[in-house]
Amino acid sequence: MVAHLLSLKWRLLLNGFKRSPWQLVGMALGLLYALGLLVLLIGGLIALRWADPEIAHTVVVLGGAATVLGWAIIPLVASAADMTLDPARFTTFAIPPKQLLTGLALAGFIGIPGLATLIAALGTVGTWWRNVPAVAGALLGAVLGALTCIVLSKVVTTATAGLAASRRFKDVSSIIVFIPLVLLGPIMLGVVDGVRGSADYLPVLARTVSWTPLGAAWSLGGDLDSGSVSAAGLKLLISVATIAGLLLCWHVLLKRALVTPPYSGGSARKGGKLGLFGLLPGTPAGAVAARALIYWLKDPRYAASLVIVPLFPVLFFFSGSQSGGYGLLMILGPLTAFVMAWSICADVSYDNTAFALHLAAGVRGVDDRLGRALACLAISLPIVLVFTVGPLFVTGDWQWLPNLLGLSIGTLFTGLGLSSVISARYNIAVPLPGDSPFKKPPGNVAQTLAVQFVGMGVLALLLVPELALVAVQAFSGGTQAGWINLVAGPLLGVILFVVGVRLGGKWLDARGPEMFAQLSVNR
Amino acid sequence: MTESRHEPTPTSAPPQASAPQQQPAAPPPQPGAAASPPGGSSAGAPLAALSIRGLAKRFGDKIAVDGVSLEVPAGSFYGMVGPNGAGKTTTLSMATGLLRPDFGTALIHGVDVWARPLEAKKLMGVLPDGVRLFDRLTGEQLVTYSGLLRGMDREVVGSRVPELLAALDLEADAGSLVVDYSAGMTKKIALASALIHAPRLLVLDEPFESVDPVSAANIRGILEGYVSSGGTVIVSSHVMDLVQRMCSHVAVVAGGRVLAAGPVDEVRNGSTLEERFVQLVGGGHRTEGLEWLRTF
Repeated sequence: MVAHLLSLKWRLLLNGFKRSPWQLVGMALGLLYALGLLVLLIGGLIALRWADPEIAHTVVVLGGAATVLGWAIIPLVASAADMTLDPARFTTFAIPPKQLLTGLALAGFIGIPGLATLIAALGTVGTWWRNVPAVAGALLGAVLGALTCIVLSKVVTTATAGLAASRRFKDVSSIIVFIPLVLLGPIMLGVVDGVRGSADYLPVLARTVSWTPLGAAWSLGGDLDSGSVSAAGLKLLISVATIAGLLLCWHVLLKRALVTPPYSGGSARKGGKLGLFGLLPGTPAGAVAARALIYWLKDPRYAASLVIVPLFPVLFFFSGSQSGGYGLLMILGPLTAFVMAWSICADVSYDNTAFALHLAAGVRGVDDRLGRALACLAISLPIVLVFTVGPLFVTGDWQWLPNLLGLSIGTLFTGLGLSSVISARYNIAVPLPGDSPFKKPPGNVAQTLAVQFVGMGVLALLLVPELALVAVQAFSGGTQAGWINLVAGPLLGVILFVVGVRLGGKWLDARGPEMFAQLSVNR
Repeated sequence: MTESRHEPTPTSAPPQASAPQQQPAAPPPQPGAAASPPGGSSAGAPLAALSIRGLAKRFGDKIAVDGVSLEVPAGSFYGMVGPNGAGKTTTLSMATGLLRPDFGTALIHGVDVWARPLEAKKLMGVLPDGVRLFDRLTGEQLVTYSGLLRGMDREVVGSRVPELLAALDLEADAGSLVVDYSAGMTKKIALASALIHAPRLLVLDEPFESVDPVSAANIRGILEGYVSSGGTVIVSSHVMDLVQRMCSHVAVVAGGRVLAAGPVDEVRNGSTLEERFVQLVGGGHRTEGLEWLRTF
């Protein structure tokens, strides 16, 4: 039975490669990337072979403990748990629990994250390639440690399956997780600073962690190397007991989960509140705008970008305080305009097959384009204005205000016009409705990258007048160019916006069914 | 629970009460559509609400629909039956402007779907199978959206939505997000979205799938009232029994072709529709083998 489960997981992994050649290319690139990281990591671990045992012990234990924590936390917040062997699917097969547990645990190693963890863990054997007991200890520790990772993540995902199935939790967690990710740079710098300040403290921390379930297994090699056999024996007990305890938890949770499937959904609510549909004009374009605005607020895939945008100034301000110059803050407005306008070039792809409603209702392409663009404009225009003017309070370069305003507004409108054309013609690989914004999107990633790349080139070309006027002021120092840009930017932008909406509408009218056929492939 | 729901909505009364209110909007377009006939091409089928002519579609090397032609008379309740993979959904998608055919075309009351799509789509309400909805809207918002998209007046939409939701037993959940609906409720809200503009032709792909019996009876009541006042319905289904009881006409489709089409009594020719279907489609092999299944 265990062998059956393992071969099933293997078959599922292989079939994942069988979908389309382009997908294979995308996966191969991802694999290459993971492989590169893994090689670096193992190289580092082997290099530690010649380092001071104290340092090697500290690195291995803390790194191992962090890995265990990662396996517990990441599947939870990223809603990215590997559910290909969801225990719920085995409910009707009456597999003895012991075999099911063993099979599922071992199957956890088949797959890129599991395999990478196991290989990296085995890399610690290289670190302790110093004497026979140390090698034996490291080998045992690596296997136990990797197993702890897998089982712990299974316990966490099973325990929170009910929670994770609730849509509200999924929505919120998938957005919140973006915040630390975007601020990764500042956080890393802070951590590095902290580490530099407390270098003496780390070995102490590692010694403490090595007595906890998180680090016990990873400590075996180091302890045996330094000859403390009794400590190693105790830690072996701790790590084995940890795995046994986790397995027991998992067993209990699984037994409960199999008979009480998660319930997802909210309570029934009476109608009467039309929200934005009652406020915006009751025309097709107005309705599309209302729908798009509701999605900006309620769909995590849109809302995620709204959460990221306020972090831009934080990021820029931080890098400014590091380098001492706040010049970079000046591009905040134009950059935000670009990001926000660009975000709707995947608008129809985000709809997925729900686009059928627009197609079946015979919405004119122009109304469809206009509604979506206006919704994005309503959200992004205030943000862009604040982000353009705000930094000048910090830098005091008020002579740049007209020029920057012209560039920002020009970029926003031009970008919206271009996005309206792109999203009418090209299907872009995005996460499916209801999925986490993090999830690897199905579909043709290579085409998406090509479209995005060419599109950005076109946008840069369309923005040449505004950018040239900025350059003129930068070189001459005079403010006339700025005043010209304040008029020219919005004017050119609005013209290109109208052209983009018209052209996109025409393309959508002509190719709506083809667009829908493309969307139906990735559902 | 079921009884208490059943009581206020006996199977036919409320739908018929609400149907006349939908109707006034439906018949008037007749002169308008008649004033713009499709040149002289309407060869002897002036009454057809939906006229499918030689539709064909190929996906890769699989021919999904192989030249389907059907005349759906105005005022008929037309059933389309066929085994899984017969090409029902593909045919209906091509007839409603969702999928471009390789050959052939479809006319809605004489308006060519592929030559004048926006005009043709105004005349019909479509319930596609297996597509998502804008499910981050509440049920009420989704139906309102569907009405506004078709250019309807907001006041008219506002008065029709509560009636429609009540007729489909959805008023208690009108303010919940569609993403939290059950499968049957999702089907019903999609149906409401197709009905809101009082179309002259309804094209429903598997409308009764996963809908509970009480709601299914209500939907039937609504559809029968709609047909009796001049509307046309075409449904696809696997459930022969339902089609035999409900529909006036039926087409049997298999392997991308029409095997038989016409009034139900003509097609079934004395036997039940199910027997006739198995006879037409074939493949109803007597269950030989599987002896082990009887030995436990």
